[in-house]
Amino acid sequence: MSQKKLKLAIGLGATCSGCDMTIVDLAEKLTDVFNAIEVVFWPTASDQKLKEFSQLPDGSVDLGFYHGSIANEENKEIAELLRKKTKTMIAFGSCACHGGVPGLANLTTTKELFATVYKETPSTENPDFKQPLTESKMSGYSLHLPKKFDTVQRLNDCVDVDYYLPGCPPEVPLLEKAIETILTGKLPKKGETLAPNRILCDECPRKRQEKKISKIYRFQQIIPDQEQCLLDQGIICLGPSTRMGCGAKCITVNMPCRGCMGPTSKTLDQGAKMIASLGSVLGLEGEELMSEDDVRRLMDEVKDPLGTFYLFTLPASILKRKNMTQK
Amino acid sequence: MQESKIIKIDPITRLEGHGKIHILLNKNGNVDEAYLQVVELRGFEKFCQGRPIEEMPNITTRICGVCPWNHHLASAKATDAVYKVDPPEAAKKIRELGYCSFFIHDHSTHFYALGGPDFIVGPGAPSQDRNIVGVLKKVGAEIGGNVLKALRYAHEIEEIVGGRAVHPVFAIPGGVSKALTDKECEKIHERARFLLDFSKFTVDTFEKTVLQTKKYADLMMDDTYRLRTYYMGTVDDKGKMSIYDGELKVIDPEGNKFAQFKASDYLKHISEHVEPWTYLKFPYLKNVGWKGLVDGKDSGIYRVGPLARFNVANGLTTPLAQAAYEKMFKTLKKPAHETLAYHWARVIETLYASERLLELIQDPDVRSSNVRTIPTATPEEGIGAIEAPRGTLIHHYKTDPEGIVQAVNLIVATTHNHGGICISVKKAAQGLIKKGKVNDEILNMVEMAFRAYDPCLACATHTLPGQMPLEICIYNTERQLVKRMSRL
Repeated sequence: MSQKKLKLAIGLGATCSGCDMTIVDLAEKLTDVFNAIEVVFWPTASDQKLKEFSQLPDGSVDLGFYHGSIANEENKEIAELLRKKTKTMIAFGSCACHGGVPGLANLTTTKELFATVYKETPSTENPDFKQPLTESKMSGYSLHLPKKFDTVQRLNDCVDVDYYLPGCPPEVPLLEKAIETILTGKLPKKGETLAPNRILCDECPRKRQEKKISKIYRFQQIIPDQEQCLLDQGIICLGPSTRMGCGAKCITVNMPCRGCMGPTSKTLDQGAKMIASLGSVLGLEGEELMSEDDVRRLMDEVKDPLGTFYLFTLPASILKRKNMTQK
Repeated sequence: MQESKIIKIDPITRLEGHGKIHILLNKNGNVDEAYLQVVELRGFEKFCQGRPIEEMPNITTRICGVCPWNHHLASAKATDAVYKVDPPEAAKKIRELGYCSFFIHDHSTHFYALGGPDFIVGPGAPSQDRNIVGVLKKVGAEIGGNVLKALRYAHEIEEIVGGRAVHPVFAIPGGVSKALTDKECEKIHERARFLLDFSKFTVDTFEKTVLQTKKYADLMMDDTYRLRTYYMGTVDDKGKMSIYDGELKVIDPEGNKFAQFKASDYLKHISEHVEPWTYLKFPYLKNVGWKGLVDGKDSGIYRVGPLARFNVANGLTTPLAQAAYEKMFKTLKKPAHETLAYHWARVIETLYASERLLELIQDPDVRSSNVRTIPTATPEEGIGAIEAPRGTLIHHYKTDPEGIVQAVNLIVATTHNHGGICISVKKAAQGLIKKGKVNDEILNMVEMAFRAYDPCLACATHTLPGQMPLEICIYNTERQLVKRMSRL
């Protein structure tokens, strides 16, 4: 390993900071790696540090990680700054890669969201419906709040992204591997995802028979067999439409995959792929005998298709968001 | 060997967070007003509408990656209530067991990396030393290695129980998704024993570095950091502190019981006020009323978290923690209004959680395979509460008969404390900044007023992450910026 340390900058957007926890875990395990990396900027709007960072020559930082989605003007500014300063930029975690869980806010608008949070919630006592303002005068001083966007975006909707490291948060072995790849300079083609390009079922320890399923169960309704494929048992599991690389940890505790790794490169839209996969296994053996009503009844058992199939990827999907022109 | 690597990662832990403090000076250069602003909102209450109820424990973990466990479990408890289902004893104990481990993890991180540096290396130390690096330098290499080992062990227990340590998935309506095997229990047991020793060490370290240093002991008792408010926390049926389940108890600033109620009755007791200059709301006691950002008996502002839990409870259920609790209240009058004593209560709670973890892993129930009750009732409405490391956390859901979420309300620990934090910051700023004189040490001492709460802004904004505001701005009477500070 060369003596010259690799410069790393980490920026964050609308995030839960779970991605930071992965980086902390990594650092605890990999002395060597962190001896080879110098962190020049670790996130948030520490103004002083941000100022120093913004004064660095453009492109002078080797590597940038950005975690979180882009939900307000400040998130966007940080993303743009990080892009300008770094040679290689990685979308880190589900939110940066695909929009993540907070991307579900695209099913609503800021206006509706404010009405719920600042008025309709039962503990809120706000008869005049006061709301947070981007500018408000207090004691002669104007306090500014960053403007919230109606539409949550993933990182590459705003800036050019070199590589993607998915997961909510990304698993440590994937990050270790990614860093090793970067340190040895054996980077793949731009735009690649730094995880195996196969579906989760390929690393799932359960036995899959691709049975026809005649009834869909919600996971609280049955106690599944511990060895058999959850989907075969009628529990919706996003394994067939999700990239592997997480170690199938949820599945080892009997919980179905919800797709945080996003799709493989062969799939444009994770939710659509899952609907297709489900379509091919749904029904009775000898499906041609099913009536229209039977099919509809089965499909109706999926209670929240949007939230189930696009939990982590709505902003990256072909659906993107709720139509703004309709109520 | 271990420390050199932590040195490199230092900025991580000190830099989580997103918030701003604005301090306004008057003509004489003294403090007029101080505002703590939370600058982001993600809106989980809105976009969770339409989701299946069973998905809530996994969606709401994404409120915060620093403290996903309390959201996961408060949510699971709310889903139990939605289905009116009572999980088997084993399931409740397994949930609490994993939770204890998370509690140790979270509190220890705060002590060694976030709040502790102020005491261990000192509030006036150069900012580049006021962090975990400085702490490890001060405590030495061997101990530094133990800190990292303890955090890793806690993390491993969380992963065994929860599936994943960050964003666990195991708690579901009616119980937990997986029983513990004997092999897993052995692994947990071994780690739990180490964690108990480690927590004893943490309490000792706190006593040596803080309590036995006159300067810090005086600082803790100083009026600058004192706030007379109501307190709220969870107690069991004997009035002892509980972190997983119990009733919410509120005491007034004199220490008299003001109310005690089931979490499901929270709306009779708690309301939230909205201000235009921050995305975060201000909860207050409904039966006292909103009187603005002031403390005292006439103001409905109350505080939650370690110190509040100690103030409302009549003791702790585990022996070593109980002894430490008694020792603390020999020094401090109950209820303790000294905000910096939050740190003290926090380290004692680490000991409590470690003793409780060991108790639970030795309980034969946690090895039971009966860990689920299948819900059969029509889902309707449910409230789940838990004591998060930073204080009471409430999740409230309403569903249609199919179990599709129609309404969500969340009041998280840092939100409960929002009023208290704002007053603490203002009071500290007023006490410390005179005639316009400010320097790094003074500002750090202002920050100490809110860092004691270990505020988690990811939670508070359901909403943005992290544990610290990073920026303090000071303005003159023309409201021009005279100084801007942010921590390294």
